[in-house]
Amino acid sequence: MSSPTPSMPAPEPTPAAESTSVATAATATAGTATATADATEAVVARGVERVFAGAKGAEVTALTGIELAVHDGEFVSLIGPSGCGKSTLLRLIADLDEPTAGEIRVFGKTAKQARIDQSYGIAFQQAGLLPWRSVAANIELPLQLHGADAATRRSRVAELLELVGLADFAKHYPDQLSGGMQQRVAIARSLAEQPRLLLMDEPFGALDEMTRERMQTELLRIRAETGAAVVFVTHSIPEAVYLSDRVVVMSPRPGRITDEIDVRLGDAADRGEDLREDAAFFAGVTAVREALHGPETAPAAGAARGVDVR
Amino acid sequence: MVWGVVGVLALAALWELYKLVGPADGWLVGAQEGVTGSGIRLLPRTSDQAMPHTWDMVARVIEPVTRAQGALPLGVVVLLAALTSLGVAALGWLVGVVVGFALALLMLGFRIAERAVLPFVILSQTVPLIALAPLIRNWGSRLEFGAFSWESWMSVVIIASYLAFFPVAVGALRGLQSPDAAHLDLMRSYAAGWWTTLFRLRLPASVPFLIPALRLAAANAVVGTVVAEISVGFTGGIGRLILETAVAASSDPAKPWAPILGAVLLGLVAAGFVALLAAFLSPFRRQETVA
Repeated sequence: MSSPTPSMPAPEPTPAAESTSVATAATATAGTATATADATEAVVARGVERVFAGAKGAEVTALTGIELAVHDGEFVSLIGPSGCGKSTLLRLIADLDEPTAGEIRVFGKTAKQARIDQSYGIAFQQAGLLPWRSVAANIELPLQLHGADAATRRSRVAELLELVGLADFAKHYPDQLSGGMQQRVAIARSLAEQPRLLLMDEPFGALDEMTRERMQTELLRIRAETGAAVVFVTHSIPEAVYLSDRVVVMSPRPGRITDEIDVRLGDAADRGEDLREDAAFFAGVTAVREALHGPETAPAAGAARGVDVR
Repeated sequence: MVWGVVGVLALAALWELYKLVGPADGWLVGAQEGVTGSGIRLLPRTSDQAMPHTWDMVARVIEPVTRAQGALPLGVVVLLAALTSLGVAALGWLVGVVVGFALALLMLGFRIAERAVLPFVILSQTVPLIALAPLIRNWGSRLEFGAFSWESWMSVVIIASYLAFFPVAVGALRGLQSPDAAHLDLMRSYAAGWWTTLFRLRLPASVPFLIPALRLAAANAVVGTVVAEISVGFTGGIGRLILETAVAASSDPAKPWAPILGAVLLGLVAAGFVALLAAFLSPFRRQETVA
């Protein structure tokens, strides 16, 4: 556990990456990304805007001027109050929705091509398992849809069940599982095709606090084993700090990125439950909270204003 | 099953109890002396003529249908007629299910079709069946090519399917549209096309909506068959037999009840068939618990 996992790609060689201290410094983002660098980045968003047509010709700007780069193997959280467009941004990356302006590249490809190539796995707040399929059949769904043969499917499903700790539940049905277990199945399913990018939209939002913390640690372990980049939407500050390499703070009306905070609390594999009581963790929480509310309200701590401070 | 038997027995007991305590000539309000048919009958007559004993009905089933030599028992005649009607109703159900499902798929695939077709689907059920029967019979009789000629049972099938397709079209459409946005997003993220999404997601998800629709369609097909047999003039089925035995009611009051019970039996068999189908599809009826 103490040595870095070999499958983890080397992060950018800045000293900040190695330190566990919190730096609010704006790291190199999309501004410096060139066309050649795009291919090595997991996600690049440039000048992305999404305007929804409202009632009576009114327009709602869900996102504007989004510049974001997610490096290969990096864990980036999108945090902000409701309506800041964090889920919309995730949907744009997943090509479940299209931007009205700007461009999104996933591993150098267009978002649409990346979706067709299955370059990412996705998990939502609701596990979204198919109730008529067993746990194993749910996990193998993407493999089945893309024509993997039965033997490949079986071995991969066994691997994934092992990974998420549900080896004994392969034949169970979703309605026989707890919420946490359902979400584990959904994560296993999103990993089925070994994507280099994982998109997660508040996957633990519907879980109770204890399950949630256990799932977070679990996710860190899974992420360390797979080495995939993760874009993680949440409205919980501790969750974002605990999981992320970088927290992207967003603000509503119009939805935009207001700050980026580096919180590298060590290698994903090294982070354990005791980290939640570490000074660096609290420093990270404070930094994100200040970025969300502005420094003057931060010491009050309780000022949630639409943001979950759990 | 046990409670079903208890229910039938309770119904028979209620029948006999009323027959025992009810006035033989019923209860009329405001009847004028010597004027037949005047007044309002608030309680039905309980005479053997109007309400034969249940055991008489059962006994009548075993007796020959007529006094003619070598006549089959009434029960056998009823069963044979019910079997004929069952075949016609099953065919009508099948045609109705296929047409209803095809319409649902069309409405699912094309937004415009839903707006254009759905009102007509609903409107179609307001046309009285009795008015339709002679029309269909008439049109059918003009169809003649080669060895094919229109038979009256085909008219019955069409009318039965006309009643059966409606619940299937509406139920299947609701079922096919039932997957929530997250599931559709998931299929899109898998780059699954319309047909893949249909077979892997929409069809399985439609089963809980489809089973009640199929059951309703089966009941409608049976009712449609019985009624259409009478109005089309198709002989050999249970509908025709109800009409024929009703004529004999004055001299043989227990007789008309046999084909009525036969029609009930027909409905039970149809419902049982759908229940069997539902049992096969039970894996698709699991409800997802909310996470």
